[in-house]
Amino acid sequence: MKAANFDYSCAASIDEACRLLAGANGEGRVIAGGQTLVPLLAMRLARPALLVDVNRIEELRGIELRAGVVAVKACTTQANALASEIVREKVPLLAKALSFVGHTQTRNRGTIGGSLANADPAAEICMAALALDCDIAARSAASERITPSAKFFQGAMTTALASDECLTEALFPIWKGEGRTGTGFQEVSIRRGDFALLAVAVQALFDDGVCRRIAIVVGGLGGAPVRVHAAAAPLVGTRLEPNDLSRAIAALQGSIEPQSDIHASSDYRRRVAGALLERAIAEARSDAAKV
Amino acid sequence: MSRHEITLTVNGRRHTANVEARVTLVDFLRDDLRLTGTHTGCEHGVCGACSILMNGKPVRSCLIFAVQAADADIVTVEGLAPDPETLSILQDSFWETHGLQCGYCTPGMLIAARALLNETLSPTEEQIRDAIGGNLCRCTGYKPIVEAIKLASMRMRQSNEAGGKYAGAE
Amino acid sequence: MPAPSEFRYIAKKRRTKEDRRFIAGAGNFAADRTIPGMLHVALVASPHAFARIVSIDAATALTLPGVKAMVTGEDFVRATEPLMSGLDVPKVRRYPLAVGLVRHVGEWVVAIVADSRALAEDAAELVDVEYEPLTPIMDPEAALDAGALVVHPDHGSNVLFRRKFVWGPVEADFRAAEHTLSFRTRWNRSSTVPLETFGALAAWNPATQLLDIWASVQMPKYPDQLARALRLPGNAVRVNFDVDVGGSFGVKRGLKHGVLVGHLARKLGAPVRFIEDRLENMRGGDAQGPDRIFDMGVAFDRNGIIRSLRIRALDDVGAHAGRAPLQLGKPVGAIVGPYRIGSVEYEAISVTTNKTPQEAVRGFGQSPTNFALETAVDRVAQALKLDRIEVRRRNLIRREEFPYTIPSGSTYDSGDYHTVLDKALARAGYDELLRRRDAVRDAGKLAGIGISCCLEPSGGNASFEPLFNPKNETTTWMEGCSIKIDLTGTIVASMGTSSSGQGHETLVATVIGEILERDPETVRVVHSDSLTAVPSNSPVGSRMAIMLGGAAAGAAKKLKAQMIAIAAHNLGLAPGVVVYNSGDVAASDDSARKIAWDGIVEIAHRKFHKLPPNTEPGLQVTHAWEVPTGGTLPTPDGRVQMYPCYAFEAHIVYAEIDRITGEVALRKYAVGHDCGTMINPDIVHGMVYGGIAHGIGAALYERFAYDDSGQLLSGSFMDYLIPSSHEVPDVEIVDHCTPSPLTAFGQKGSGEAGYLGAPAAISSAVNDALAPLGLNIASLPMTGPVLADLIAKTQGKTA
Repeated sequence: MKAANFDYSCAASIDEACRLLAGANGEGRVIAGGQTLVPLLAMRLARPALLVDVNRIEELRGIELRAGVVAVKACTTQANALASEIVREKVPLLAKALSFVGHTQTRNRGTIGGSLANADPAAEICMAALALDCDIAARSAASERITPSAKFFQGAMTTALASDECLTEALFPIWKGEGRTGTGFQEVSIRRGDFALLAVAVQALFDDGVCRRIAIVVGGLGGAPVRVHAAAAPLVGTRLEPNDLSRAIAALQGSIEPQSDIHASSDYRRRVAGALLERAIAEARSDAAKV
Repeated sequence: MSRHEITLTVNGRRHTANVEARVTLVDFLRDDLRLTGTHTGCEHGVCGACSILMNGKPVRSCLIFAVQAADADIVTVEGLAPDPETLSILQDSFWETHGLQCGYCTPGMLIAARALLNETLSPTEEQIRDAIGGNLCRCTGYKPIVEAIKLASMRMRQSNEAGGKYAGAE
Repeated sequence: MPAPSEFRYIAKKRRTKEDRRFIAGAGNFAADRTIPGMLHVALVASPHAFARIVSIDAATALTLPGVKAMVTGEDFVRATEPLMSGLDVPKVRRYPLAVGLVRHVGEWVVAIVADSRALAEDAAELVDVEYEPLTPIMDPEAALDAGALVVHPDHGSNVLFRRKFVWGPVEADFRAAEHTLSFRTRWNRSSTVPLETFGALAAWNPATQLLDIWASVQMPKYPDQLARALRLPGNAVRVNFDVDVGGSFGVKRGLKHGVLVGHLARKLGAPVRFIEDRLENMRGGDAQGPDRIFDMGVAFDRNGIIRSLRIRALDDVGAHAGRAPLQLGKPVGAIVGPYRIGSVEYEAISVTTNKTPQEAVRGFGQSPTNFALETAVDRVAQALKLDRIEVRRRNLIRREEFPYTIPSGSTYDSGDYHTVLDKALARAGYDELLRRRDAVRDAGKLAGIGISCCLEPSGGNASFEPLFNPKNETTTWMEGCSIKIDLTGTIVASMGTSSSGQGHETLVATVIGEILERDPETVRVVHSDSLTAVPSNSPVGSRMAIMLGGAAAGAAKKLKAQMIAIAAHNLGLAPGVVVYNSGDVAASDDSARKIAWDGIVEIAHRKFHKLPPNTEPGLQVTHAWEVPTGGTLPTPDGRVQMYPCYAFEAHIVYAEIDRITGEVALRKYAVGHDCGTMINPDIVHGMVYGGIAHGIGAALYERFAYDDSGQLLSGSFMDYLIPSSHEVPDVEIVDHCTPSPLTAFGQKGSGEAGYLGAPAAISSAVNDALAPLGLNIASLPMTGPVLADLIAKTQGKTA
């Protein structure tokens, strides 16, 4: 399983990376950590003419706390993000998601940007991004733009990124408001570290036991992750009593279209989605209650 | 296809080579440098037989192109022993518990264990299983490997081997 | 027979010699060897499950720089003999590359040879093969139908083998029994999938007319079969056995690989190496394993005593015969398991479909058979509302009944099944497990305890060959070892096969050390080659501890006798009045009158004038011997002694199942294991741990899944899920030793340990957990989603 031939350029700056991509006329591909891309190259499922390596660009590394937002630069490794104090304190849902991602070795190379740009249907980082209304910044030789995650994830392995664009950073808004925020991330996979068969991410703001705000995302459905407003909206203003939860579960199960594959049936995914929603909400609730 | 001149350090020695862009790091180590201790089991990043340390961190060398490893500090299984006639405490512990049979996954396991022990010399069983969780073995059922790493950690805590460090750790 | 504690080296903790090179990264695997000028092979594989090959156009491929040659199946038809099959199916021909038809997705069609593997792959992509697709047959039961499409049209049907054996008064026993039940078990396709794929390197030397082969192989009579296929005399092929094999567990038969590179090396006048990549391996290599449907009928009485069995075993071998069909034959040697069952009807059917061919897998069919047998015992207990352990106790052969002959003709050499079971239960803390299970159930969760009692036939007397093919009258299953003590007094032993992690060098050194009373550390064991080695039948059938151990012991005894004779002669005494102690020989009544080891060596090598009359100079011996109880052909009704020695294992497993996700968590695992004397306890335990991990994979995770069009859906490690350190729990082994009366030290084989009983035990635990829901599951693997869907159905909801 040797990759087909390609040209390789290691960019020293984002501008250079964009120039190289522009010059490749759609046949160029960005490589950062390579954990998703290199297997595709080895199996010859991807055959770019030019690989643009962005992994040495200093401006693409780092995690910054800005006004109300945690900016995670694209080439921040998953390991570094998991270990980051800023992420743990300000974007705990991302930290939880990261704990399900792959193994030590893949997290040492895999990047946040890479995971977002590849948009595997079961990618935990994408789920966390969608739940938190993350904005995704990208640059090309011609322009810079920010795409809200709701528009960014378009399908299995499909994003809004153009072939000449380089993802530069992910902007995670920090929730404000009276009360305590709790997060929950629940996943089922066949083996530890495998892609999720089904996963649910929840972040909720509780004010004296009442839910003031809640985001629910389901991943592992076979296409893009889904933000389930139909399940979340009715929970706002409630105390998340059993009736409220049952309605939310029913709404969630009714609004998703999971696929079947050799590992699990769509019925399974739908059932598990409901159970994981319940568990994720319980996790978020007890998380918020922690002193 | 492009060729690139790269320089990198492997087990403490500097190497300069001219490589095709598509050559993976594992193939470069095995074919160009003749360091055949690192193995390939899948070439798609699942089995961990290709694990090496890159700048101190355990990674899958089948998922890295040699060109991406320019200027890197690489440690392979061949770099774990102080010299060819001696074994490190970690390697000797694998021997003591028979933490291997066919030997194919062993270099990757040693690297994963080495990385763990660089972080902590008192790993819990959970931490050990997690550290090798990305390395598949078909022979041992993992238990003798876990015991090897436990034994190594105990012996390293008690030894003069400075903090359990080895050639190339810095 | 000495008790384990009475040995000097045997049964004692000892480091495995081989480990030293592997921990240093200094193993010598097939892909590690290069020869200057070596060329590389990549393959063009079929995208269709069944198709006619219309044309092959490699013109463009051959224009790429660095590409040297291409070959197709037609080249092999012209230049080689078809690969041998174990069955009498002359019209089912197989060559390394497809001929005329492709019969499974991933079948190798064209081989490209180039300066590098990457270039060969570049060229392979440019080969244009035109196919005329045919409708594939994917279901083994459909394959049996008279009107079904036939995978080998010349053979005329999909049935490679079909025979019904009746041993004992089955009909009468079923009529007389108080109860009967019947059920089906399905062992879906899985395998032992080693971490190293198959690799082979061939070099032809025209000046010496010798073909050298290095391969990661585990295959009896490999040199002979290669030579025949390549139309070379046997002594023109040298298979080098000093190749470390990265795990095999049965599968690495390597005939098509060896013939492929052997032919190419001669044709191209350059060394040729082929290392399968993982995709080539999973889809087209020697990788896939048992794929079996058992239909079981059980006749039993109200007290749980099983009178008789009816077994119909249908095995889907895939597109070619290979070694797989014989895996229906080996279990004949333990067809009633460890139980006192008086009669058995066994119908074995081997069919072809358009799947990748199965190869031999650890246990050679015994594990799926044990799974079916143990499911039967659990069902009997369930039907009678008796305790599953009690039912086993009542049916297990008792210690005093050995040697015990089963209806199909094999005699079990020795055993103490009840004691091993008791030990396993005690180690598992069975009563506490029951309390724990019941407490967990009271809390509304699913929990179960599983039991299996299984045999591991060992010794490799492959009587299934003549049993399944009367034209093949092979009864010789020998092993040999040669030992020499050189001029400096050091010992070198030589074995004629490659090893894949079983520690054979340590085995041989320990045995020789024991007999000669010399430290095994000082014994060097080498893997020779097929020209210089004493014949070997390879590490299959859990045979090496018995056979190689026995050969080494026999050779060492000969050497010892020779040394005693030389020393006695020089002491002026009869051999009967001297004492041999750690290599020195002294007068039995005067220990000061002695000749030391070095002195004996001196005399043997240099001082002919001091040798007893008619003694060969030097110190070198060869010993080869036949498998104990071997050497007889089957009777007309198919009774025959299969393997000689029977190891036994009792597994106790406690599992909890998540109702919603279906995940099975193995929370406690204890196994009682009795393989007689353990020559090296660490090596034996390693086999048990590893075999159980394989069993966990087969029971809960691994499956080669095909869709209706014949596409393999789990052809890489992304979808074929091998258990990691998180999925294999800590396993506790408790040993017992019932020596075999047939072997040098009472040892039985243990190479297949664990795998033979684990799937049965895990299935038993899952079924115990699901029993309160009225579920009975008899299909592997039992993945979380599969179980969860079944659980959901019982609760009237599907989503």
